[in-house]
Amino acid sequence: MLNESPVDSLSLQPESVDDAARRATVVPRLLFQPAARATRAAESVATVCLAAQRLSAFFGDIAAVRDVDLSMETCRVTAIIGPSGCGKSTLLRSFNRMHETVSGARVTGSVLLDGIPIYGDGTSAIAVRRHIGMVFQRPTPFPTMSIRDNVAAGLRVREGKMPSRRDTDDIVEDALQRAGLWAEVKDRLRTSAVAISGGQQQRLCIARALATKPRVLLLDEPTASLDPASTQKVEELVYDLRSTMTIVMVTHNMQQAARVSDRTAFMLNGSLIEVAPTNALFTTPQDARTEAYITGRFG
Amino acid sequence: MVSLTYIAAALATLPLIFILVHLVRAGAASINPAFFMQMPKPVGESGGGMANAIVGTLILISIAATVGLPIGIGAGLYLAEHKGKRLANTVRFLSDVLNGLPSIVMGIFAWQFLVRPAGHFSALAGGIALGVMMIPLVTRTTEEMIRIVPNSLREAALALGYQRWRTSLSIILRTALPGIVTGALVAVARVAGETAPLLFTAFGNQFWSAAIQRPIAALPLQIFTYAISPYDAWHSQAWAGALVLIGIVLVISIAARLATRSRFGSAVD
Amino acid sequence: MSTDASPPLVPGQAAPPTESGDLSRSIASSGAGDRVYTGLTTFFALCIPLLLAFLALEIGRAAWPAFSRFGLGFITSSEWNVPAGRFGAAPAIFGTIVSSVIALVLATPLAIGVAIFLSEFAPPWLQQPVAFLVDLLAAIPSVVYGLWGIFVLIPLLRDPVIPFLRDTLHLGATPFFAGPAYGPSMLAAGVILAIMSLPYISAVSREVLRAVPRSQREAALALGATRWEMIWDAVLPNARSGIIGGVILGLGRALGETMAVTMVIGNRAEISASLLAPGYTMASLIANEFSEATSDLHLSALMAVGGVLFVITIVVNGIARWLVWTVERGAAG
Repeated sequence: MLNESPVDSLSLQPESVDDAARRATVVPRLLFQPAARATRAAESVATVCLAAQRLSAFFGDIAAVRDVDLSMETCRVTAIIGPSGCGKSTLLRSFNRMHETVSGARVTGSVLLDGIPIYGDGTSAIAVRRHIGMVFQRPTPFPTMSIRDNVAAGLRVREGKMPSRRDTDDIVEDALQRAGLWAEVKDRLRTSAVAISGGQQQRLCIARALATKPRVLLLDEPTASLDPASTQKVEELVYDLRSTMTIVMVTHNMQQAARVSDRTAFMLNGSLIEVAPTNALFTTPQDARTEAYITGRFG
Repeated sequence: MVSLTYIAAALATLPLIFILVHLVRAGAASINPAFFMQMPKPVGESGGGMANAIVGTLILISIAATVGLPIGIGAGLYLAEHKGKRLANTVRFLSDVLNGLPSIVMGIFAWQFLVRPAGHFSALAGGIALGVMMIPLVTRTTEEMIRIVPNSLREAALALGYQRWRTSLSIILRTALPGIVTGALVAVARVAGETAPLLFTAFGNQFWSAAIQRPIAALPLQIFTYAISPYDAWHSQAWAGALVLIGIVLVISIAARLATRSRFGSAVD
Repeated sequence: MSTDASPPLVPGQAAPPTESGDLSRSIASSGAGDRVYTGLTTFFALCIPLLLAFLALEIGRAAWPAFSRFGLGFITSSEWNVPAGRFGAAPAIFGTIVSSVIALVLATPLAIGVAIFLSEFAPPWLQQPVAFLVDLLAAIPSVVYGLWGIFVLIPLLRDPVIPFLRDTLHLGATPFFAGPAYGPSMLAAGVILAIMSLPYISAVSREVLRAVPRSQREAALALGATRWEMIWDAVLPNARSGIIGGVILGLGRALGETMAVTMVIGNRAEISASLLAPGYTMASLIANEFSEATSDLHLSALMAVGGVLFVITIVVNGIARWLVWTVERGAAG
């Protein structure tokens, strides 16, 4: 079922001419150098931050995700790709228990966050979501709140007491800095969050998720509704953020997966077909279906 | 045939214009500061005002809002969040039934339930009767306004770790608030002009009273009493009272309309 | 950030694994707030059925003496005799139905005309103001309609409207316009009710006309229909049951309307064929006699009238909602 590629990203160096040519067709514009990626991967020993074990997700009786085993390493970007309706978003939404907010939806199997089962007895979905942030396809700033209050929104609902005004201001600034939005909005923190552009709104939502310092950030097609320039900004941001947190990103855009992820998982019809270091998956897919998909034969 | 519809439109708008023009003509003469400041004069004396009735109406509206808004908004939240459930469908249907309930039936119900056991008329009974009439209106607009709020906002809040109640109150309800305020204003405007539920509850009072356990004056009641009286001086007071009442109602209605129009485009993207 | 349960995040480094104890404690379930919230909203929602049940119970209890005393005769008997203690609600039921029918006959064509005008023909700059003015009719308090009815409408009916109907149109020969015209009358009540129910009928008709799918209109136009033929052949048939629903909704309003009717109908418990004669409606009967009712039976009889009115309006509104709902569901599906 789970087809872990034995090929490590390190072993890709040096790549064969054939591989390079093939990747050039699939990944026309690599934003980041493979060399940089290889160095980074070499310097830290991967630990698993989030793990799905025999995870299935249902809408009523229909299984949208079937028996998925997937480990997401700490401080890496894992991309989940696959054709529309393959269950990749549902899988992502099972990771922070958002799936169950839809009526009739349920999950079997387990998800471990740093070894703790998030679907365990006595575990609160609310608290899980505070540790696993999420950003959606369309920007979702809260329209009644200012930019500052949007970023601080998650802080208000955390257990314990609300940080002081000054602490909040610091956290907001830090989160906006990390989201690369500080310079653009620092003079209008008190203005409405819906007055800024779509791309800025999306980065605002990322800042909002960052402010609560989650262990994991889930991105559900975060650039699907953005223009190319905003998309590039978000991608750069994701690339920078992975040095500090585990990121799982669903995307329908293979080039994007290739540009920003360390590992890529391919899903089809609710099942996980193959997961491998991104370069390996795109250059030497082990499964015929993966190859068919990345070479554009369907999807 | 097309011109027939133009005629229909003209005929349909005519009564309103006709009523408003006459109201202003007949009522404006008696509108002066004294009308708002003074108490009603006994028969035979000219002048006087409806200060007690204006204050009474405001008190009754406040009681009504205290009763009607929490129940209406709470029920609206329930309906919006449990759509499709059997109880929600039943409540929605019964809310429509309550909305169609003749106001006089509400009046005798409030009398039977609140006045008869207490043994006396009271502002409280009148206000509660009006408040119950507000419930279906507020419930309906609350539900509709909450449904307009995109589900993505709810998801975003839940994903941030908001509990369901916090999501509903500080994100969803807060976003829908301008629309709900509009609905509440419309409901207030409607019950402000109601007379029938007050006939046997608030009852009316020719004297100054702001006590909620005593009978209280109200503009619509005062207009009714004066209109069916045989005195010309009272008739012109009735017209002035009607002008003030309709002024209150129209100002609230138009404010409600403007509030919706100007705030929606930007609030909900 | 002392309250932050998450580990500090140092840029460039992997987040150190935290002690499992911390994490499992911090994600422990605590749904008290949600339970309180759900409980409260459910309670508020339940208030509506409970209120209605209580209302039905209280009115039923208060009306029981009259019902048990007169039985079915309460509805069929036309004798409403307070001093003799004999109560038959037939004149009030008759008056309610007649005044409402007059209202619908006058208001329906007008309301549908306005609705068609607004949804099909009105130039854009006229749409908003006309719709607003018609909707505003619903915002005018009943007692103001009554005031206007007493001092403007009734004199107007007395002269020139009734002489015109009687003499110029020769309707005086029919029983409907026979007898003296005092002023307060069934006709006056009907006209007032027509104005008052107009906005309700028109608003619903407007909605259902808009709900007719564009494809239906275009299909008719493509067949070479004129705009009017398109409305007549394609739009109105589709909207018919919805418009009927709107009319019935207006009927529900008219049946229960109290103050304006009380002020212009003349309040006499008699059944007369003439529309110029005074009458009673159920609502005006209650409004007029309730505070003067001294005997328990009289009070109970008035409660019973309220109960009958309540049941009638529920049935009428139920039918109306059902019709409107079928049209809207059809448009959506």
